[in-house]
Amino acid sequence: MTKLTDLNIATARDGLAKGDFSAAELAEAYIQAVEAGRDLNAYITETPEVALERARESDDRRAKGDHIGAMDGIPIAMKDLFCTEGVLTTAGSHILDGFVPAYESTVSANLRSAGAVMLGKANLDEFAMGSANITSYYGPVKNPWKAKGGPSDGKDLVPGGSSGGSAAAVAGGLAMAATGTDTGGSIRQPASFCGIVGIKPTYGRCSRWGTVAFASSLDQAGPMTQTVQDAAIMLGAMAGHDPKDSTSAPIAVPDFETAITGDVKGLTIGIPKEYKMDGMDPQIQALWDQGIAWLKDAGCNIKEVSLPHTKYALAAYYIVAPAEASANLARYDGVRFGLRVPGDSLDDMYMNTRGEGFGDEVQRRILIGTYALSSGYYDAYYIKAQKVRTLIANDFKTAFQDVDAILTPTAPSAAFALGEKQDDPVAMYLNDVFTVPTSLAGLPGISVPAGLSSDGLPLGLQVIGRAFDEGTVLNVASTLESAAAFSAKPGKGASS
Amino acid sequence: MSLDKDTVKNIAYLARMRVSDDKLEPLAGELSSIMDWIEQLQELDTDGVEPMASVSDVTLPQRKDVVTDGNCQAAVLKNAPDAVDGFFTVPKVVE
Repeated sequence: MTKLTDLNIATARDGLAKGDFSAAELAEAYIQAVEAGRDLNAYITETPEVALERARESDDRRAKGDHIGAMDGIPIAMKDLFCTEGVLTTAGSHILDGFVPAYESTVSANLRSAGAVMLGKANLDEFAMGSANITSYYGPVKNPWKAKGGPSDGKDLVPGGSSGGSAAAVAGGLAMAATGTDTGGSIRQPASFCGIVGIKPTYGRCSRWGTVAFASSLDQAGPMTQTVQDAAIMLGAMAGHDPKDSTSAPIAVPDFETAITGDVKGLTIGIPKEYKMDGMDPQIQALWDQGIAWLKDAGCNIKEVSLPHTKYALAAYYIVAPAEASANLARYDGVRFGLRVPGDSLDDMYMNTRGEGFGDEVQRRILIGTYALSSGYYDAYYIKAQKVRTLIANDFKTAFQDVDAILTPTAPSAAFALGEKQDDPVAMYLNDVFTVPTSLAGLPGISVPAGLSSDGLPLGLQVIGRAFDEGTVLNVASTLESAAAFSAKPGKGASS
Repeated sequence: MSLDKDTVKNIAYLARMRVSDDKLEPLAGELSSIMDWIEQLQELDTDGVEPMASVSDVTLPQRKDVVTDGNCQAAVLKNAPDAVDGFFTVPKVVE
């Protein structure tokens, strides 16, 4: 029999339905895997009791013939950015020390009511700010993959970020699937680095209520899974209109799983010429060309498109996101929750608490955001960046008049070694060069593992779709997945 | 766009964030290099372009003006570092 931890959501769903194993057995297997995999530092808080309790409830529902949810009995990791009732929620920050929410985020509540079993809270970059999961107060996460040869040979690699714990947990077999959040690439880039699937849905598809806020006009939750089909199943369970989030879209959630038909004949796929960057890694270019060939073979029409303002997306993002973050993070004041460092006056207490509670990257972004919003600079930076954002969104609108989806690489490189790019913030920001434009435009984007680098590390391709057209995105991604037949696992290399 | 130590100190105060003196200089360097890189936005002509605050083109929904929540003082105060007698506390602000 296959090991229970080798299953995915779809195959476990079948096994549970047939009674091959119970949800409690599945949870037990994963709890052991989580313990055995602690070296990855993928979890900040493990919740084995919660997992077992929910697994038993799932088994009871099945025994009684009650309604079975889409995720019933499926063990998942919850990014520690989602508030979970009665379970420590840290956002990877010292400033949320001891914070145990009295409420449950809408996304985690939706998953719970779909029957999902929470194994624990996954590590992440502090307040989701980072692209390597090295800014967490709870320490860096290790990528379960290792390079064979090349400059990173045998070194510990980063899992990407900010949803690095989620990605490492899924890739390392410490969760069947995980939740992530994506502000500028925080689901897609770690999915690419860890050889898994990750989709950032359309802005408004998943409720932001109860998710620790980073940049409210960009933040979106999404699933990180082993397969595209799993992503479809889990996204369906997470999404939906929520009156508690005024930007949550009041539209019905389609059946994403049936959107994966395997038939993409006649679809037009756009290839944005501005994404061919100077000095691009030839391996990334080759993977992209391969993806184009696969879609052509599947009957898609390939069309070059232009997204002329791509070059400015990152710079606009690094004004908009820090500006929103500086406002959102004003709530950490040492009064209502989390860390408090005493001071002689109210100001003194605020300054001590925030000086000690926020890490270096978060402080940098708060300072950039505060500066961009400050009197005299507001128009030059913040309004300017918002105008550039309009231009970027218009680029996509124009392109999507001619194409049904857009294909790009997910990230400019494979996973790099822990400690690299650490001293240069701008070099780190460039990790998100292919994912940030989609975020600014609010469009859905998925990363699918499509190949290995010369040193044996996973590389992802990104499919971008029209707003609320996750169905096409998933269908095209599934076609790439079948063509790539990506079966390599961390530590085992290509198993062809 | 170069930020000096004093500017960083002032922004840090606006953000109510203590930054030790020995960190001001390196931070000024880092923030300046980020702002230099952001400066490229200025080469774009954005005259007449509407600034985008949100991608969702729905107007903010309104709900009935009724109480939907409340009577949860204990839950609200549960995570406060120093709640006393049903209140949040702060250092003395009035002499």
